[in-house]
Amino acid sequence: MSLDLFHERGTPLRRQVFSWKELAPEPISKLDDDAFTRVRLILMHGVEQDACRFKHVLSRGIHPDLRLSLAAIRRVEHHQATLINWMQPADQSLLETTIGYEQTAIEVTAYVARVEPDPYIAQVHRFGLLEDFDHLYRFAALMDRVEGKDANAILQSYTDISPGRATAVEHRAPADDLRRWYDRERAAPLTKIHAALLAGSEYQTRDFYLTVGPTFADPVARQLYAEIASIEEQHVTQYQAISDPDETWLEKWLVHEAMEAYAYWSCVAYERNPRVKAIWERFLDYELEHLRIAREIFEQVEGRDPASVIPTSLPDPLDFVSHRKFVRQVLAREVDLRTSGAEFVPLSAESKASLVYRTHMNRDGSPSEAVAAGYRWAPGTELTSLLIPAASTQLFKRASGA
Amino acid sequence: MKSPDRPTDLDINRTGIFLSPLDGPATVEAARQSRPTSPGTEQELAELRRQFAEEAHPIGHMPPPLAVRAVLQEFKGLIHGHRYGVLLDKLGERLAFERTGVRLFDALIVKLEAQDTWDGGPTLETLVEFRGDEANHFTLIHEVLVHLGADPTVVTPSADLVGVESLGLLQTIADPRTTLAQSLHAQMIAELVDAAGWDQLCMLAGVVDQQPLAARFRAAHAQEVHHRDTVIAWLNRHAELAALGELKYSA
Repeated sequence: MSLDLFHERGTPLRRQVFSWKELAPEPISKLDDDAFTRVRLILMHGVEQDACRFKHVLSRGIHPDLRLSLAAIRRVEHHQATLINWMQPADQSLLETTIGYEQTAIEVTAYVARVEPDPYIAQVHRFGLLEDFDHLYRFAALMDRVEGKDANAILQSYTDISPGRATAVEHRAPADDLRRWYDRERAAPLTKIHAALLAGSEYQTRDFYLTVGPTFADPVARQLYAEIASIEEQHVTQYQAISDPDETWLEKWLVHEAMEAYAYWSCVAYERNPRVKAIWERFLDYELEHLRIAREIFEQVEGRDPASVIPTSLPDPLDFVSHRKFVRQVLAREVDLRTSGAEFVPLSAESKASLVYRTHMNRDGSPSEAVAAGYRWAPGTELTSLLIPAASTQLFKRASGA
Repeated sequence: MKSPDRPTDLDINRTGIFLSPLDGPATVEAARQSRPTSPGTEQELAELRRQFAEEAHPIGHMPPPLAVRAVLQEFKGLIHGHRYGVLLDKLGERLAFERTGVRLFDALIVKLEAQDTWDGGPTLETLVEFRGDEANHFTLIHEVLVHLGADPTVVTPSADLVGVESLGLLQTIADPRTTLAQSLHAQMIAELVDAAGWDQLCMLAGVVDQQPLAARFRAAHAQEVHHRDTVIAWLNRHAELAALGELKYSA
């Protein structure tokens, strides 16, 4: 199975229309749907948000004749983003959605890091992965200790809840978040697509935390969201730095549209909820048309073959499965990695600028350390430590009929 | 909810860990083997909260009366101590709660029309009657505030907080996926709070020597107690019928 990016026919733009009722459909079930359905909704909302953001910036500096094409596609993408995000249910709290965001970051980044062909770029992805992994642990502690809820009800046991690279040591000077970029002439198409995918995803997380952080009353929650939003800003810096700055803006647009089609195609391949799957199929057809228009404009404006920028087909979809084993391996080997400029270095060689910056930011205490002081997640929250120690084992045995 | 589907039917619910025979134990094991990055307990979090609580300022204050001189002349007794501020803050709270209460019943009426009731459950007439009571209580407080020289459009600190408290109730009742019984459970919380709130207002009116007000508040309190007891009875009957398998699927 492969996705042909040049010959698959999409839905004509004039037929990519919505009604208000379509934009606010019945949401998924927080209780019954698979966690990866939520992961896909979060991922694709981030992708569409980034598509809109990118085209807004592109419109500012592009020839006025192209502005209508961009506005027309962007309007559809705005509504795609709306419909996807409105699939999130109202009984899912902001903190529960946050847990979903971190699970998305972990599982998608783990997949990307595992298959990324460029060794340096793969290291960049693994570096970010261990940081998002830690964020999940901190938010799970917050959920347990402030709201009295178990984060695993959202994660559904696909993702471990334990410390990664401690959030308190993730704060770095800006120079230590910049990375070397891939060479647009030599990079594998997947490398470009991965970079666009993760930059968009992290941007969404940054924006979400900045929006919802102040809606929390608890002072520790407010601080923790402020702290982790700052890391997400660093991650956006990191992931967008790996794109070649010599790519033209239209090249970047082509890559983005190819990434969107690839991501929808992956969602179609893994989705089990028929209602949600129909959305992915519909939007894949929309994206193929967006990509065709981008290819046409690219050919007209730059006089180049789009196939010199993006692949004609993509071999395998992103896999939406638990990457527990891979994450544990990376954690065991790389938790102590730090950066010095664009290089990944051992703990002892970390840049002084980052150490100074971190000391300053943590000088009044670290919310991420305070919220998780001595915290070890347990099924049903840490209050279950008051139960008899073997209770968990007994319940697993009973469930399996042993 | 027209489909033959009820929340208490046994189906897939993926939130529990013990029905994940492979991933569940793996998640537990990872947590057991992990080491927290800093020592301590939840007391660290409690300490931070304590510091903030000590340094925090109030969420807001009460405004002065609209016509200070007139109020001073007419309600001399109310000006002593904090009587005026405390009474008006609580009146503002009830005003806000009753106003939202009307909207909660609007949503419940729609849900009753869309779904179905049960033997011993709510009727449209009763819900409309209770909605009318909430609206009358809102009007009563509005009149009292104007009489006391206060601005009835002010959001007092207690009114603001009761709005925050009610958010979950509104989310539950307004969600089209929740059943009438699930929505009435949220309404039961509203009625419990309302009955206690009116009881407190009766007491407060007595404390500030506003006996005529206390008499009017007692009538409202009696109605809210009736609402509370009625909603509890509806819910108990629903649970009983459901457990016995005697509930129609549409309810």
